[in-house]
Amino acid sequence: MSITSTSPDRRPDLRPTGSGRWADPLFRAIALAAGVSVLAVLGLMIGSTARDAWPVFDYQGIVSFFTSSEWDAGSSRDEFTGAYGAFAFIYGTLISSAIAIAIALPLALAISLYINRIAPRRFRQALSATVELLAAIPSVVYGLWGLLFFSPVVLQPISRVLIATLGNVPLIGWLFEGPARNVNYFIAGNVLAIMILPIITAIAREVMAQTPEDQIQAAYGMGATDWEVMRRVIVKRSFPGIVGATMLGLGRALGETIAVAMLIGGQQRWGASLFFAGQSMAGHIASTFQDAAPETVDALIAVGVGLFLITVIVNVLARLLVWRIGRVAGDAAL
Amino acid sequence: MSDTLIRPDRPRVSLREVDAHTRRRRGRSSLARLLLSLGMVVAVVPLVLILAEVTRRGLPALDGEFLTQIQPGARREGGGYVHGIIGSAYMVGFATLVSVPVGILAAIYLTEYGRGWLPRVIRFFTDVMTGVPSVFVGLFIYALLVRGAFGFGAIVGAAGLAVLMLPIIVRSSEEMLKLVPEDQRAASIGLGARKWQTILRVVVPSAAPGLVTGAMLAVARAAGETAVLLLTALGSLQVVSQLQGTPIASLTLLIYRGARQPFPAGQQRAWAGALFLMLVVLILTLAARFVTARWGTRR
Repeated sequence: MSITSTSPDRRPDLRPTGSGRWADPLFRAIALAAGVSVLAVLGLMIGSTARDAWPVFDYQGIVSFFTSSEWDAGSSRDEFTGAYGAFAFIYGTLISSAIAIAIALPLALAISLYINRIAPRRFRQALSATVELLAAIPSVVYGLWGLLFFSPVVLQPISRVLIATLGNVPLIGWLFEGPARNVNYFIAGNVLAIMILPIITAIAREVMAQTPEDQIQAAYGMGATDWEVMRRVIVKRSFPGIVGATMLGLGRALGETIAVAMLIGGQQRWGASLFFAGQSMAGHIASTFQDAAPETVDALIAVGVGLFLITVIVNVLARLLVWRIGRVAGDAAL
Repeated sequence: MSDTLIRPDRPRVSLREVDAHTRRRRGRSSLARLLLSLGMVVAVVPLVLILAEVTRRGLPALDGEFLTQIQPGARREGGGYVHGIIGSAYMVGFATLVSVPVGILAAIYLTEYGRGWLPRVIRFFTDVMTGVPSVFVGLFIYALLVRGAFGFGAIVGAAGLAVLMLPIIVRSSEEMLKLVPEDQRAASIGLGARKWQTILRVVVPSAAPGLVTGAMLAVARAAGETAVLLLTALGSLQVVSQLQGTPIASLTLLIYRGARQPFPAGQQRAWAGALFLMLVVLILTLAARFVTARWGTRR
């Protein structure tokens, strides 16, 4: 290679070497292997848990496993002797997540609209970072705080008011039957709401920010008020993304383990009242695993498979809805 | 809205004259603004409550003894979580050693070689994997490794954490690698560099701050993880330096158990542990944010 004009500083480490013939394909293969390893781990995860859970489904019957609420752990090493019905835990998972969404969704929409449209421009970044800090707090800290502070100091008084006022209302009274124990569905749902708030907010805010400015200005030009612009232009346009964000939050709530295990109650039964101390699927696995006999561990893995199926379905639907807005910065870490 | 059709009785003198309907709409709009602002306040309250309460109850117990001693019997005062701190450091460290290189290589595949259906599938399922419940990852490692041959211990705990960290690192690294300008790659190729040289010596160094950010967020996540470790590390009351074969403690497991104790001394240690853990995690998260912000504005 002859250099005629003034040459730039050559970087010797970028000079081609003879090893390129095999180094390039080799590097490509390593990168490919790393990429495929993610799929492999996921496949292995499904395979090995399904294999261990299958005998339980076989023994109990799949339908009965998910619909019966009688959980009577056996103590055998190599055969099944107990009764395994996971309905009580499924109910606990669904009701606590429903409470969480009912509280978190309106709040998340309010925050997103506030940050995008009302807050002074220079505070926007700081405000959304503040909300996202909630996602950085470890789940076990939420559990500790919920158990020893939030539930006794804040939620118990609220519960008493709810029981006194709504407990006697005809159609919905059964939801608010007392007494409220220190741990119950309502407490777990409230703390879950705080935990999933940042993920719903981050994505909803991002979706809303993508509303074209000229559509907003056109609405103002026609005389719309701020609220009309938010409701009829921004929220309406962002609707699919908001649904996706909510489902991502729901997926997080369904699978959350430690905080729920500490706050939902721990009884292996279910009750219709929001203040019943029941159990969730993830919570049940976490709190009974260490004392479980081998046959019960298999049953817990089966509960885990059920939980996995529910969360994956919710997650896949959510990702499909959010997919088109691209990735929110750091959303995987939320 | 049926009242949009209401007209004023007389022609309006000026456009500035506001009829009752418009006044109602404006009123509704300011009410909405007020409610949205209230929503923002309501959302910040729990954050303040958590930070304040954990600091208030944890700070008195977070001393030198806490960081250097193991816990005595549950009712006894004093002692600390050093066995948990060592266990957490062990497991998070090993998980990082595995998941960061694999994750960054996977991200390199997605950005530098990815075309066609395979990268799309990988990207999609990586996203799905971030949503897999951590307790299920614990069950998976239990079914595959603990029950298989290894037993409880630090390495299987680290394996569980690595599975949780991997998708976070892949997706954040991919975003960061995408930010490296195409011109830099072209320039490097133009100088005669091979593709692997371009990637390892130009693209990766250029994206390095961003890659570090992603790794830090993943480490923060792993440090706060409990459910996986419950099923793989199991917990211990002693300092464990063995890599595998014996159950090992973690900071989060100790907080989990301490919180459920009826004894004030145990709860006290749990608060101190929570404060320590929260400081570590928040520092990592804020540092990551800071790096991204600095790095983001430069390009």
